[in-house]
Amino acid sequence: MDEYILVFRHEDGTKVASPEQIQIWMKQTMDWIGGISAQNKFVGGNGLPFSDAKVVWHNNVVTNGPFGDIKETIGGYIIVKADSIDEAVEFAKGSPVLQGDGNSVEVRKITKGGGDGVH
Amino acid sequence: MVSVLCKHFGFAQMEIAEDIASDTFLTAAQVWGINGAPENPIAWLHRVAINKAKNFLHRNQIFEKKVAPKIEKDEANLPEDEIDLSPQNINDSQLQMMFAICHPSIPVESQIGLSLRILCGFGIEEIADAFLSNKETINKRLFRAKEKLREEKIKIEFPSLEELDQRLETVLTTIYLLFSEGYYSVSQNRTLRKELCLEAMRLCTMLVENPRTNRPPVNALLALMCFHASRFEARVDENGELILYEEQDTSLWNTDLISKGAYFLNCAATGNFISKYHIEAVIAYWHTQREDTKEKWENILQLYNKLLQIQYSPIAALNRTYALAKANGKVEAIREAEKLKLENNHLYFLLLGDLYMGIDDRKAKENLSKAYALSKTDSNKKSIQKRMDLLPK
Repeated sequence: MDEYILVFRHEDGTKVASPEQIQIWMKQTMDWIGGISAQNKFVGGNGLPFSDAKVVWHNNVVTNGPFGDIKETIGGYIIVKADSIDEAVEFAKGSPVLQGDGNSVEVRKITKGGGDGVH
Repeated sequence: MVSVLCKHFGFAQMEIAEDIASDTFLTAAQVWGINGAPENPIAWLHRVAINKAKNFLHRNQIFEKKVAPKIEKDEANLPEDEIDLSPQNINDSQLQMMFAICHPSIPVESQIGLSLRILCGFGIEEIADAFLSNKETINKRLFRAKEKLREEKIKIEFPSLEELDQRLETVLTTIYLLFSEGYYSVSQNRTLRKELCLEAMRLCTMLVENPRTNRPPVNALLALMCFHASRFEARVDENGELILYEEQDTSLWNTDLISKGAYFLNCAATGNFISKYHIEAVIAYWHTQREDTKEKWENILQLYNKLLQIQYSPIAALNRTYALAKANGKVEAIREAEKLKLENNHLYFLLLGDLYMGIDDRKAKENLSKAYALSKTDSNKKSIQKRMDLLPK
């Protein structure tokens, strides 16, 4: 079984949702992750808050936030176990992030360093 | 007593320590039977045990002198000092023994067996009863485990501070398994089952009472066991049949244990590490609230979501899905349940059967039949049959 990372991309990270809306999304996200965990397929994950973010560019130029020139921002990720990319895609389809128009979840297989076959 | 003596003699002499302890109780049974119990029975037992230990050491000394006159007496093996049976030393020795027994080098079922034998003073027959096994198997299992502890030269001591939390985890696992053995076992011996639960709680209390081991997860586990044990009288009827949670007589719930659980849960709420026992204890707390509120099930669902992220288990996955049905509705829960694929577990089909009831009775019946075929005990089969009878023919 391989591990896949599901990266949440938000079309516009500057949009601010109401506390009530955030609470609903939180519950939906927790239920979604709980469902993957209940199948013993959850590995880990983190939210990546937009505030206080920096970007380091070529020649060590530092700018505030991932916003501005970049249209999409990464809001978080989870790592799942799956037998195939298709199974990982099925997990991704349940993500509440996709309720936002223009948002996306990118699914990528994780290559383990060294390829020692331990995983 | 065995713990203190072992601490003194070392694991190599564990049998001797066990012999001395049981010999002491035998003497007590004989003498007290004739003269009646002494004023201070515990002090009496301790004095007799110390004398017997001394006699043994003395005989051992003579033996070694005669049999091996040329071999120099090894002072370390023949301690001359007093055996300390003060309460503090007993508590310390028992806890140190607990760490030695719950050593990762021996299998978990041996850890439980040794704990029952050495820390709880259970007879081999009782242990065999608890494990639904026979005396011979248990004797062998315990013998192998003791050999292993000797081979590995496991010391009877507290682990170092750096190791403590990790070693404590194994100890807590064993205590919780011991408790579950009593709480969920299919053994018909109800007194014995209750005894197992109480012993698990006693061992955990000892850990809480010692400043070294009084850590948040220990308090959380004790809280969890208090909450569970509060329903002990309500969950089994006079024929030993399990009574479902919804059908229990709440007046039989032990409110003392519920408040104790709340107290220890409060004590557990320090530090910034949340153990699985913390989460399970809070779930168990919600189950002491009988009323079916939206808030209760939403909380339980989120706790299971978290618990499963820390540690997956099939039973937690099933309980999570049940909570999902209560919080978000049956339709969503059925969709999620179908993904679990726990197809060798009768509880899985029981859950599916329950969820389909009133939504698709044909599927409900199909799943309940599968649950019936997979369940192993008569009482399980009976309760599944009861549910099938609820369905329209």
